[in-house]
Amino acid sequence: MGLFILRRLGVMILTALCLTFIVFWLTNLYPNLEKLAKTQGNFRMSDEQVQTYLGNRGYTQSLPVKYGQWLGVLPGYVIEGTDGETRARCEANGAPTEDTATFCGILQGEWGQSTVFKDDVSEIVSTRLGLTGKLMFWVMMVMVPGALIIGVLAGMREGSRTDRSLSTVSIVSTATPEYVSGVILIAVFATPLFGMQYFKGTATSAMDDATFNNFFLPVITIALYGMGYIARMTRASMTEVMTAQYIRTARLKGVSFPNIVIKHALRNALIAPFTVIMLQFPWLLNGVVIVETLFNYKGFGWTLVQAASNNDIELLLGVSVVSVFVVLVTQLISDIGYVFLNPRIRIS
Amino acid sequence: MEELTWTGSMGAILVPLITLTAAVFLTGVVVQLVMGAFAPEVKLQSNPDGTLQGRGGLLGRLENYTGWLFMLLVALIVAFIVIAWFMPYGDAGILGEVSKRFLPTWIALIITFVLSITFKRRLGLYGKLFDSTIGMIGFGLVMFWVFTSIFVGLFDMIGTHDPLQQISGLKNKTPGVVVPEGQDEGFFPHYLLGGDNLARDIFTRMVHGSVIVMVIAPLATIFAFMVGITLGLPAGYYGGRLDTVLSFLANLILAFPVILLFYLLVTPEIVATGLPNFLAAFLFVFPLVFFGVLINSRYKNQAGKNGLLLALVLAPLAVLYFSTISDAGSPLYIWPEALDLFDIPGGILVVFVSVVFVNSPTVFRIVRGLALDIKTRDYVAAAQTRGEGPWYIMLWEILPNARGPLIVDFCLRIGYTTILLGTLGFFGLGLPPESPDWGSTINEGRKLLLIFAHPALPPAIALLSLVLGLNLLADGLREESLKD
Amino acid sequence: MKDTTYDGPILEIDKLSISFFTRLREIPAVMDFSASIMPGEALGIVGESGCGKSTVALGVMQDLGVNGRIVGGSIKFKGQDLNTMTTEELRDIRGSQIAMIYQEPMASLNPAMRIGKQLMEVPMIHEGVSEKEAYERALEVVTDVKLPDPKRMLNSFPHQLSGGQQQRIVIAMALMSKPSLLILDEPTTALDVTVEAAVVELVKDLGKKYGTSMLFISHNLGLVLETCDRICVMYSGEAVERGSIEDVFDEMQHPYTQALFRSIPLPGADKNARPLVAIPGNFPLPHERPQGCNFGPRCDYFEDGLCNEAKPIPMYPVTGNERHETRCLKFQEIDWNAPIDVGPQTEKPEPGRVVLKMDNLKKYYEVAASALFGGGNKKVVKANETLSFEAREAETLAIVGESGCGKSTFAKVLMGLETATDGQILLDNQNIEGTPIEARDTKTVSDVQMVFQNPFDTLNPSMTVGRQIIRALEIFKIGKTDEDRRQRMLELLDLVKLPRAFADRMPRQLSGGQKQRVGIARAFAGDARIVVADEPVSALDVSVQAAVTDLLMEIQREQKTTLLFISHDLSIVRYLSDRVMVMYLGHVVELGTTEQVFAPPYHPYTEALLSAVPIADTSVKKKHIVLDGDIPSAMNPPSGCPFQTRCRWKDKAGKEKCETEVPPVRVLAEGHQVKCHLPDAELANMEPVIEIPATAAE
Repeated sequence: MGLFILRRLGVMILTALCLTFIVFWLTNLYPNLEKLAKTQGNFRMSDEQVQTYLGNRGYTQSLPVKYGQWLGVLPGYVIEGTDGETRARCEANGAPTEDTATFCGILQGEWGQSTVFKDDVSEIVSTRLGLTGKLMFWVMMVMVPGALIIGVLAGMREGSRTDRSLSTVSIVSTATPEYVSGVILIAVFATPLFGMQYFKGTATSAMDDATFNNFFLPVITIALYGMGYIARMTRASMTEVMTAQYIRTARLKGVSFPNIVIKHALRNALIAPFTVIMLQFPWLLNGVVIVETLFNYKGFGWTLVQAASNNDIELLLGVSVVSVFVVLVTQLISDIGYVFLNPRIRIS
Repeated sequence: MEELTWTGSMGAILVPLITLTAAVFLTGVVVQLVMGAFAPEVKLQSNPDGTLQGRGGLLGRLENYTGWLFMLLVALIVAFIVIAWFMPYGDAGILGEVSKRFLPTWIALIITFVLSITFKRRLGLYGKLFDSTIGMIGFGLVMFWVFTSIFVGLFDMIGTHDPLQQISGLKNKTPGVVVPEGQDEGFFPHYLLGGDNLARDIFTRMVHGSVIVMVIAPLATIFAFMVGITLGLPAGYYGGRLDTVLSFLANLILAFPVILLFYLLVTPEIVATGLPNFLAAFLFVFPLVFFGVLINSRYKNQAGKNGLLLALVLAPLAVLYFSTISDAGSPLYIWPEALDLFDIPGGILVVFVSVVFVNSPTVFRIVRGLALDIKTRDYVAAAQTRGEGPWYIMLWEILPNARGPLIVDFCLRIGYTTILLGTLGFFGLGLPPESPDWGSTINEGRKLLLIFAHPALPPAIALLSLVLGLNLLADGLREESLKD
Repeated sequence: MKDTTYDGPILEIDKLSISFFTRLREIPAVMDFSASIMPGEALGIVGESGCGKSTVALGVMQDLGVNGRIVGGSIKFKGQDLNTMTTEELRDIRGSQIAMIYQEPMASLNPAMRIGKQLMEVPMIHEGVSEKEAYERALEVVTDVKLPDPKRMLNSFPHQLSGGQQQRIVIAMALMSKPSLLILDEPTTALDVTVEAAVVELVKDLGKKYGTSMLFISHNLGLVLETCDRICVMYSGEAVERGSIEDVFDEMQHPYTQALFRSIPLPGADKNARPLVAIPGNFPLPHERPQGCNFGPRCDYFEDGLCNEAKPIPMYPVTGNERHETRCLKFQEIDWNAPIDVGPQTEKPEPGRVVLKMDNLKKYYEVAASALFGGGNKKVVKANETLSFEAREAETLAIVGESGCGKSTFAKVLMGLETATDGQILLDNQNIEGTPIEARDTKTVSDVQMVFQNPFDTLNPSMTVGRQIIRALEIFKIGKTDEDRRQRMLELLDLVKLPRAFADRMPRQLSGGQKQRVGIARAFAGDARIVVADEPVSALDVSVQAAVTDLLMEIQREQKTTLLFISHDLSIVRYLSDRVMVMYLGHVVELGTTEQVFAPPYHPYTEALLSAVPIADTSVKKKHIVLDGDIPSAMNPPSGCPFQTRCRWKDKAGKEKCETEVPPVRVLAEGHQVKCHLPDAELANMEPVIEIPATAAE
């Protein structure tokens, strides 16, 4: 078991390195840097000026070197610029001093400065992540039990009316992406158009003080899309289990229907949805970005959009690292959970 | 000219009827759900005269009633749609006029359904689809948009105005608004679904949006399947190191948050580097490889036939391929202009490429799983023992027998691609801002959503209905392919 | 709840009809079925797949699924009609008074629940006993089914047990509350022969011990003979004959029963005097049943106007025998003792020169010790250990063994799908052991071909039959044009006696036997000289088995093919092979001519194998040798002699020696060799396992 986790961890770290390298490469492509130089310096820079501007700030080093420095495994640059100033990476492009650290990258906790928010990236990311965490918590609270109940009820008697109605509901909900359900929900429940203005159409106020009134719509918007998917997985898994021979064995042993469902079917049926829930995280992130943009809730997803659309390289890198990390950790949890839930694999 | 109301004169009778039926139907469904969860098992027994005993009691009756109510509801809605065709302009209200505008689509749909249902026993899986209500509804919704996009895209029929035409004074006006005299050279006196924040006709933009979706989504899905199949088959069939490497790469892409990927790929700066062209050059080569290998593995032993077929298939594909990837402005300008059949704008190309890129790994995983399963069959062993090459086995022995799950996934994936396209539009990535595609129009509309809700709703509902249709269709196909 | 005073029949089925309803039509699965079981009695239901025998069992259990309905008749259990019972009443009876065991033991146990809990559940539901008492009971029953270390068993998950152990657990579960009726639906089909023999023995003993009546469903006449008192033969949804075992086996009164017996090889019969007679035609599909007698179109005694008259045929009692009935209009006219009409006899050609020679062939695999957590430690699986034999032209060499004996690995190495670890394979004196199939020339590939086991898997479901054969011709470079190849394909269809129209059919439109014929045609497409037939008939119904077996032998005679016939069924091996090779855990334990192997002296494993095969002949006396335990895993073979863990002769050969040394190959007679430590004297004193009375051999 230990060996298994270790191997998974190894693969995970390799994946994280590859992904961050790709992000790093894409954000450090020359047109992006050029744009950065122009926004930071001045818009009417000539091509040579851009070159020197970037050269002085270490941007023209080779890509692996830059990546190593950013990661914190290579010493940060100290460059004597053409303009006579000496800039050190570890002093945020200030002059190096005695105490200047040699390494300053992600690993050392130096995530850089955001050009949009004029603040430490680590600072921004942690606050925003907290806000998104609050949103996600409620999404999970609504989505997981709802999806499992729908799935189990639908799957326990395949082909029944209950099954048909609930399956249709879950198909409708998976077919409704967040930007559609969000728009419809806001139009119906937050504008006077249909006379049902029960909720607030923005969640900005929920950042400090989340209430049912201002938080319900964003939560339900994200939850709906994922809910249908998990419910369908649960249903599929449940119907498969319910037709298994051992369920027939139980039935012919005289076990009553509720007991068959609870004692015999449920545990076997929940193995698959568990992994699905965990693997939903990359998609939930999608929903978070859309919903936070739509409801103007300034969380992690909103930050991602701001960073990306304003070419805020350091912030975008920080956000990417965190999201890749979250995705990989959930995958790890899903793998381990699968093994734990399934005695066939656990004890072999 | 007066402003149009929603339902016009026939609304007075039909709307309360429909609302009432729908309400009763929904209550019935909910009650039945609650009762069904606690109901005892059905005892299987026939009556003495040989007829089957239905489920008795309240629940049984309820099930019957809700069935009839559903029928009634459908009938009423159909009536609403059909009656509108025969009413003079304006009397049928906005909904009636919208229904009239879709008349070519309705006719095409009716013809398709009548023909399909008549010959359903001879049409294989497609025919079986018409045995399932869910499948039929899904198919209807999908075909509705398919026909609409054909009539709009090829014959310019359904739309009422020009999708880019702005008429002053109609900015953000509510549905049914009258177009001021003399402002419009056209023929249509109303903005059926109102005007957007640039004073364009929302209805026209919505139907024009379907063309873009209907072109990009299926095409991108086909390419994703080509890539996924070409890589997934060997990964599953050979296993070992090849599988480890390819699966790792696939997981790498899957672990990438989609939005982030889009933001990184679909920006003007990235387009300027030519990266999308290189990616396109890589991804679009897969169909060539696929068809080349497909033919070669089968006719390897008959050299003449093989060469002829290869030339016939690969030559046009190669021309298309180079026309697609080579572009005058981009770094990949390798194809003489004379042979360049078309140019795809950088924005569209990058959208297309990213969607293919994001979808391929999932297809890869499905194909790999299917290949792993099917390669253990005896007919694969039989092919091996007569000395068939690995590619023949993969493409002619394994792939055809994996078609069921792949067809189902294909439908789902078109829906999913539509959602992705919408997401791109929603963030204003890739497609030009004036593009009438649904994602972009939702994005336009949502900015003023709290003040003017009507511009965002039609494209949202259109997208919802198409994706829903595809999902229902996939579900119907899956269910029917499992039966018998 | 249990009614002890009741003394009528335990189960009384009267004119039961069951149908399944699909979208298109009603499909009758069982029609007019009657049977009764007295206390302590065991009734066997025999029939081919699709005859409705399992549906009867599920009907008794009232568990027919969503589409199944009982459309007529009654099922009385201890006098109460099961059809009219409420769900609650049924639940009380299920598991406590009627218990059921079915085919797949692994699938019948909940994978995520400990075995103890699954067993204890039964008395806890039905008798409301405490957990402790239930545990005691479980322990007792698990001991009764002769499982080692019962406490550990109860604490295990199903996947930790072997197939045989799982089936014992399923039996234990059925016996937990001492039911009055036990329904067994093909309980041993998924098990190996020697394991099957042990399980059957157990069921018989426990049936007596607990005084349980049994309904035993099987396709195997021999098995029913060994376990049951009475038998009911079913054909296409109807019972065609029922009576006591002796009456039906010795004085059969229905043409189908007779045809069934004639199509299975019996050890007492000589293959020339009593060849297998296949039943002509095909089993009718449920919605294509003929008018009148269902068996009519395939019956030798068919009489137009009588047998196909559109009126139901009742069961007629057979005078002179008690409770013996038959559903035949002509049973009194037919001369049941008339000799079989034997067709023209063809002499089998003498085996010619040696075409294939194996010399010390070894195949080892390296596998990771655990698939999931695997890492450094690899294990070597010795799938084949020093395999040596020769095969001659026009000879049939049977390779016999149970699962894990290495016969499939051997086939793979021969075909070139794997390469040998050591030793050599000589095909016409050319070494091919190290040449993978891609590197073999077309001639070699087309010379060595294979017929596969599972007919439903052997053809590509999405290609027409003709196309698949033509593809084989293309790859073997036979025929210059497409037209040539099409012609040749049609000839091949003629060769396997399929109508030419089948060329354009899809495999799903063919029956199992027909598919197997296409598989044979495909194997012979390149005029194969060596054909490996991997259990080619074991998945087919008995009536079809005979036809396919005969076809294989006929083609062999014509083409002088060398046939390597892999099988676990000793009856059929005896019937068709010239020489037999018995394998156990990768070793060849015995090799000799058919006569030598089937007569003493035996290798102890061959002896046990012979005894385990059920024989459908009341006159044959068989020694009962029941092996302990299951076949050891090839991953973890025992030390010394591979068979020592289950050998009953171990004491006589010197225990020490068996446990430490791999026995040498000993030649007992010309061409007869065994791998055993037993001294010559003991071998010479072995008694024959099967005794055939002189009258039967005639």
